[in-house]
Amino acid sequence: MKPRFLHVAAILLGVSTLALGAAEARPLKWAAAGDALTIDPHGQNEGPTTSLNQHIYESLTERDHAGKLLPLLASSWRVLPDDPTTWEFKLESGVKFHDGAAFTADDVVFSYERAMQPTSDFKGYLTSVEKVSKVDDLTVRIKTKGPNPLLVNNTSSIRIMSKAWAEKNGATKAQDFKNKEENFAVRNANGTGPFTLVSREADVKTVMKRNDAYWNKAKVPLEITELTLLPIKQDATRVAALLSGEVDFVQDVPVQDIARLKTQPKLRVNSGAENRTIFFGMDVASADLKGDDVQGKNPFADKRVRQAMNMAINRPAIQRVVMRGESVPTGVIMPPFVNGWTKELDAAPPTDVAKAKALLAEAGYPTGFSTTLHCPNDRYVNDEGICQAAVGMFGQIGIKVNLVSQSKSIHFNLIQKNPAETEFYLVGWGVPTYDSDYIFSYMYHSRTGSQGSWNATGFKDAEVDAMIQSLSREVDIPKRDATIAKLWTRLKDETIYLPIHHQSLSYAMGTALDIPVDVGNNPKLKMVSFKGS
Amino acid sequence: MLAYILRSLMQGLVVMLAVAFIAFSMFRFVGDPVVNMLGQEATLQDRAELTERLGLNDPVPLQFARFVGDAAQGDFGISYRQGRKVSSLILERLPATVELAVLSAIFAFVLGVALGVYAAIRRDGWIANLVMSLSLIGVSLPTFLIGIGLIYIFAVELRWLPSFGRGDTVALGWWTTGLLTASGLKSLIMPVLTLGFLQLTLIMRLVRSEMLEVMRADFIRFARARGIPERRIEFRHALRNTLIPVITIAGVQLGGVIAFAIVTETVFQWPGLGALFVNAVQFVDVPVMSAYLLFVAFVFVLTSLIVDLIYVALDPRLRSGNPAMAK
Repeated sequence: MKPRFLHVAAILLGVSTLALGAAEARPLKWAAAGDALTIDPHGQNEGPTTSLNQHIYESLTERDHAGKLLPLLASSWRVLPDDPTTWEFKLESGVKFHDGAAFTADDVVFSYERAMQPTSDFKGYLTSVEKVSKVDDLTVRIKTKGPNPLLVNNTSSIRIMSKAWAEKNGATKAQDFKNKEENFAVRNANGTGPFTLVSREADVKTVMKRNDAYWNKAKVPLEITELTLLPIKQDATRVAALLSGEVDFVQDVPVQDIARLKTQPKLRVNSGAENRTIFFGMDVASADLKGDDVQGKNPFADKRVRQAMNMAINRPAIQRVVMRGESVPTGVIMPPFVNGWTKELDAAPPTDVAKAKALLAEAGYPTGFSTTLHCPNDRYVNDEGICQAAVGMFGQIGIKVNLVSQSKSIHFNLIQKNPAETEFYLVGWGVPTYDSDYIFSYMYHSRTGSQGSWNATGFKDAEVDAMIQSLSREVDIPKRDATIAKLWTRLKDETIYLPIHHQSLSYAMGTALDIPVDVGNNPKLKMVSFKGS
Repeated sequence: MLAYILRSLMQGLVVMLAVAFIAFSMFRFVGDPVVNMLGQEATLQDRAELTERLGLNDPVPLQFARFVGDAAQGDFGISYRQGRKVSSLILERLPATVELAVLSAIFAFVLGVALGVYAAIRRDGWIANLVMSLSLIGVSLPTFLIGIGLIYIFAVELRWLPSFGRGDTVALGWWTTGLLTASGLKSLIMPVLTLGFLQLTLIMRLVRSEMLEVMRADFIRFARARGIPERRIEFRHALRNTLIPVITIAGVQLGGVIAFAIVTETVFQWPGLGALFVNAVQFVDVPVMSAYLLFVAFVFVLTSLIVDLIYVALDPRLRSGNPAMAK
């Protein structure tokens, strides 16, 4: 009786799988540490917000999980042959918004203009843009203030919304926090993306369902029928939810749990490098530091001191002990996917305490000195642990470091104040444009109104500034790459930053899934396909 | 009586204003909201503009006056973090916290009194001793560990209960409740136990020692001498006298539980006010932080007023004359 029953069941099962076809479609519950702040596509330029919004809204281009730029709403693009300041984008035809309206050039022009408004958090990507105009329904031109050979790299960040929908609902601008009314687009969405919004309770759950009319259906698996984002802030609870099967995919796996999760037969853990490098910065310009015990002099202004400190850091030890293997030690503040990265630049100086001490003595500090290090404790993976380890390492060469760890809201403010209120600090940097120029303009260019906003070191070099500025105008790519290489050689030698490592990411999921780590940490769940049963 | 209530309310108002002002002047030590509100590409000009737009350049007293003026009209501004009205955020989160707090207070009170009485009557029994030793663990274990421990036993190992969230809720007007669905009830069990455990042990130990105290009092001895049955003495006379201080403490504690369910809410990803506040602090969401602290002050003012009134009802001596003086 029993075997026959099983037999019948097997046949029935077989029939039903046949009926469904090869692809299996299932709901997916996705847990992350933080929730999106808004679903307004131009409201917040922040990791978790982008992770969610990219499933509802789409851009002209997209990045795959390895950071490669691919066409999306734009099928092709070019710089006009007779005008290096104008980019032309050909748009996909037959694209529909979730409300059924057709996607046209008007929506692109509208969305770019919306993203350039003062209340948008994405205007930084479009500062070089002078005007966006429609040529015909499926062609858009972007005119820049000067030649901008890399504009297309920024287009993957600017998501497109429906002009008619935004106008109808009074959401033609991103949320203005001075205004006391909530913007309609904060909790409602109408994009062209693979998922449509069903319901959203901020910090609780966001439910999306598969967009069965998705224009790009032929090119992506799109096997998730219902996608639920569940923010779970507490590390232990998030891991417990995965172990108990309440969620299928955990985006932010705590470093200390990776080893244990890997031993679970029903789970898979994927790790990979993130587009983010962690490093120390220091004030190399002030005449005298406030937080040290050296009077009338700034020890960081001496390159030998900086080199000695760079040598004192034992990067493999930080990787092994603090990061439990989940990082890639480096000698340059540039993640490996970025244009300009080379193996030679990435090589870190070997740890050499004796040589570091000798360099310090040569610089006039044979017994070292004391200083203050500012560190965030809630921003990067084990950020405070990295600082604590480094404090011990600097101590070995006689530099006594007083550590101040605090929340990112305070820490970043110290760095961004002008003049900066920290002389020695930890910071991390990701490169959304995948080009060295982004690092140069924010981290190495001297502080002007619009550039060098993260360069709290006071480093200022007219020649370097000129070279950095030339990058945004240079249309000859090989020539531009040569300038980038020259800049890196020069700047690495300056050692105004002490690179630690590229941060790694880990995703944990049931074995039916195999979601690769996304270098931007924005997993693309339209690419998910379920394996086996 | 009415004059007494009015006076208490006036005092409450002063307390709330003071709390709001202290909180407000401390916000600048939490950090700069502008850092979180703008992406990393923001220029120095962008930051200056947003700071100006939010009115953060104004002196603190001016910002405070503006806040109180708006708050008096029921306008708490818009959340920097979520871009939504603070008043609607708080109203949305309130039911989750109130259900959790009230249930755990009931759990702590009922079980705490029962166990406390038992431990007092069977002072030397082994069960009483076991309960007392366990209560020591309850007092000394941090809430966080209790929560995580429960999650690992009941969610990960046994898979009986959900490890996070509130389950399905039913909306009754603007109030959402988890009491009417199976998943909602299951989701409540662990957070209620976690939040109520410390209160439970406190109430139990308090009841036990008060009861032992009362049992030694003269009137109990007289009652015994009159030959009244022991059960009647214990529950009719002793317990009643024990409960007056216990109710006071439990009442004040309820206010504390509502206000500071933060740890439990974080461990269980419970969508209540505590979780809202934690996120607000990390983001330096000043409008949400100020409204929340004002709300907490309000809860304390309200509960202490109610406790005062219960006191009057329970203790006849306070009814005549000026109750405040009689205290």
